Amino acid sequence: MSAVRPVAVLLVVIGSATFIGAQTSEPPPIKIGFMVPLSGGNAQNGRDILNGFMMYLDEIGYRAGGRRIDLIVEDDEAIPAVGLTKARKLIERDEVHVMAGALLSSTGYALAPYITSMKIPMVYPVVSADDLTQRRRSDWIVRTGWSGSQPNHAFGEYAYRTLGIRSVVTIALDYAFGWESVGGFERTFVAGGGRIQQKLWVPLSVHDFAPYLAQIPRDVDAVYALLLGRSALQFMRQYQEFGLKGRVKLIGGGTTTDEHVLPFMGDEALGTITALHYSAALDTPANKTFAETYRTRYKKVPSYYSESMYTGGKWLIAAINAIDGRVEDRQSLIDALKRVKPDGLPRGPVTLDEYGNPVENVYIRRVDRVNGQLQNTVIDTFPNVSQFWKYAPADYLREPLYAR
Amino acid sequence: MTYFIVQSLNGLFSAALLFLIASGLTLAFGVMRIVNIAHGSFYMLGVYVAYSVAARTSSLLAGALLAVLIVGAVGFLMQRLFLRRFASQPLPQMMMTMGFALFFRDAALMIWGGDPFTLATPRWLAGSMETGAIVFPWYRLFVIAVAALVGVGLWLINERTLIGARVRATVDDPEIAAATGINVTRLSGGVFAVGAALAAFGGVMGGPILGGYAGMDFDLLPLAFVVVIVGGMGSLKGALIGAIVVGMIDNFGKALVPELSYFTLFAPMVLMLALKPTGFYGRA
Amino acid sequence: MAGRNVSRPWRLPLVILLASFLLVGPPFLSAYWVGLLTQVVILGILAMSLDLLIGYTGLPSLGHAGFFGVAAYGVGVLSTTYHAGLWTSVAGGFAIGTGLAALFGLIVSHVRDVYFLMITMALGMVLWGLSFRWIPVTGGDNGISGIPRLETLLGLPASGPIPYYYVALAVFVLCSALMTMLVKSPFGLTLQGIREHEPRMRSLGFNTWLHGYVSYVCAGAFASIAGIMWAYYNGFVSPTYLDLTASSELFLMVTLGGPATLVGPVIGAGAIVILKNVISAYTARWLLILGIVYIVTILWAPQGLWNLGRERRS
Repeated sequence: MSAVRPVAVLLVVIGSATFIGAQTSEPPPIKIGFMVPLSGGNAQNGRDILNGFMMYLDEIGYRAGGRRIDLIVEDDEAIPAVGLTKARKLIERDEVHVMAGALLSSTGYALAPYITSMKIPMVYPVVSADDLTQRRRSDWIVRTGWSGSQPNHAFGEYAYRTLGIRSVVTIALDYAFGWESVGGFERTFVAGGGRIQQKLWVPLSVHDFAPYLAQIPRDVDAVYALLLGRSALQFMRQYQEFGLKGRVKLIGGGTTTDEHVLPFMGDEALGTITALHYSAALDTPANKTFAETYRTRYKKVPSYYSESMYTGGKWLIAAINAIDGRVEDRQSLIDALKRVKPDGLPRGPVTLDEYGNPVENVYIRRVDRVNGQLQNTVIDTFPNVSQFWKYAPADYLREPLYAR
Repeated sequence: MTYFIVQSLNGLFSAALLFLIASGLTLAFGVMRIVNIAHGSFYMLGVYVAYSVAARTSSLLAGALLAVLIVGAVGFLMQRLFLRRFASQPLPQMMMTMGFALFFRDAALMIWGGDPFTLATPRWLAGSMETGAIVFPWYRLFVIAVAALVGVGLWLINERTLIGARVRATVDDPEIAAATGINVTRLSGGVFAVGAALAAFGGVMGGPILGGYAGMDFDLLPLAFVVVIVGGMGSLKGALIGAIVVGMIDNFGKALVPELSYFTLFAPMVLMLALKPTGFYGRA
Repeated sequence: MAGRNVSRPWRLPLVILLASFLLVGPPFLSAYWVGLLTQVVILGILAMSLDLLIGYTGLPSLGHAGFFGVAAYGVGVLSTTYHAGLWTSVAGGFAIGTGLAALFGLIVSHVRDVYFLMITMALGMVLWGLSFRWIPVTGGDNGISGIPRLETLLGLPASGPIPYYYVALAVFVLCSALMTMLVKSPFGLTLQGIREHEPRMRSLGFNTWLHGYVSYVCAGAFASIAGIMWAYYNGFVSPTYLDLTASSELFLMVTLGGPATLVGPVIGAGAIVILKNVISAYTARWLLILGIVYIVTILWAPQGLWNLGRERRS
């Protein structure tokens, strides 16, 4: 009887200490606010971005800097006003420590002033509007994706020098993404000595390209096409329909053959050469692992959207770890985001320039059929391509933004 | 010259698809005074159903058949169970079709996912006609032919059969038609179902070229309205003429004045409404 | 109005409750909810303006978001490209929106019913196309961002969610008062007469074309006011302010809320804003649910929520 009392007290003391210790040693979770379109026409692309992110967070067990990670996801419906409302919800109500996401450039532009005024770090994995890391950059926004003209600067040079193309007709979606892609291509292609014979601009709502395809002369060296999503699919089909396939070489911006549409195309896409900072067929250990895992988990090949926030996730977590998880200190988090250099990224080596845009490889890809499936085989690489190409930023920024 | 011929042929192709989608819309309005905001949804569901069928059977024909039947049934149920309750109130009917449009849109996303797709062109129609410098796909010519056949078929039914006469009577004056013993309620359900089936058929016909994608329902809807307005609400002949006019203006407009691409569709509509709101063949 | 309260006694207390909430609730709510209420109030003005057309004149417009958007663009362009001050931008936005309504009114006022629906839809699409194509002015699909926040208004501080909310509320109260006076005036009664039986009004000597036109311009003017508030609330303008989806959603706010009541559309606006935001926080299937909600509401209240209990107008 007399031995039980001290033992009981000891047990209680140990038990309480453990209990209290457990409470105080588990810090509050890191809250990440994430926003993409999950409904409407852009839902699939938004879902790809989210999938890439969740895949990475799963790999690290939703933990970083010694803390648990809470991912709060919102649907911005691809409408900027909704994006702003959801951002307000995430930042002011859910009190997230850092933000990530956005798909459309319009949302990217609309959010920037608010993010800056709230002094909260945000990662844009996909938004590619050139100016967001040039004249209209924000100290609080970091891009881990690309700028629209970036790969096309390299491609213009490649088209002239390596492919031997001298004359081009461009056909592109008629909005900023189209203008910036074509503008980037045109700049270096023309500087090399090439000639843009005609520029065709297609409204976003068009699904029948016949009126445009009929205008393409047969004697031009190549057609540069900048499309994405269902318009890329429709264009490929119709390019063949109107007898252009095989007669006029088809090249284009990376999204035209990106894996979010490539699996749904047929033989009509074979041989198309495009440029982008990623390909699911990139033959590196890091990418092979990424692509295999993604395929197994989501039953489809990863698109550049999927890779965007996988890399973005790695970047964000690397920054969080660099400051030991102290995400409440937003200034040091944004500084860390600009400073870290994570490796093992599926797309290859990436560093950030002073304007918050990645300096990364640009891959020239050709559509081939391998093992019965279409893929973007990498046939050439331009390393360390910045948004300014080979120009000094000050000189580059003296020129206006690419327009129609 | 080549250019002119190719654009004209494509104008006819656009007209073929527009006719298929607009004929149902104009009939629904003529008989029931319904402005069906979910009509683009029927077009979308048609091509999605055909996609599922084609994945299993590789047959465009089977896909077309099932799409027509299933979407026709959906249309019939929608009219019978929901729209019929507001038989003489156009506003609540229209609002209900808006609700259905949102429902169909998200249901399609849920069932089929958001990836875009195209249907496989039937092998015997692959390739293009090439005479001299003119290149035009066989499949598009096929669609023009099929739409023409459908048009003739509809005209025959409308002009030469009893059902057609009943439909025409109801379009003219529903009250008198009912007074003569025509079962307007049953007719309405049937007409709405046929309209939905026609739209679905249009979707399948366009499938190999335009495919299906998330958001196509709202992309197509304004086009259908333009045709119906230009041609005149309630008139099949109007739907045909309207489709040809709009198809031609749209194709040539995009080619000749690309700056105004967004407006080539709506200019004829605004013009018609400003000058003759009832369209070419509509009645007040 | 007084006579109807006898048969539907729940309306007056409900209005008082909601009004009190709108008036004194915000200081106790989080910034997020104040933001949502600001949206409700601004879109409420817009919905009431459409009610003038749909409910009181019987003109169903499916392009009404056009004037909302155009006024917002006016504010956007003037305040960013031309660095205009607050009152210049406001006046400019209002002038552009109302001016456009005066212009379009000339084209649309001779048609009715479904033709009016179609022509307003077409004009709305034309405006949308314009906002996309006129890139030097509108910025195309990127829109115009960087509209300066409201700092002070008439000497009082107006920046921050709560002060801006009260500014919006004050504008809302002013607009509601004006619109109520309008619909109760002889002019308003004539509009309702036109809605009920236009040929009869014509035979009584009223110029129904002119009445329709003036109603359209007034509706455009109030929509412009809402557009100006919206531009300052968001700090940017985008083509999504005036596309078909926006006009359709607006149409639903009025018809679900209850046309020809002014209160109904405000309730419709509130219901839709809050439903969308609350449901989407829990599921990605919010659009499906919203569609079902619309269908069920129409089945149960075909004349709109606020007209529940009123005997059916034929």
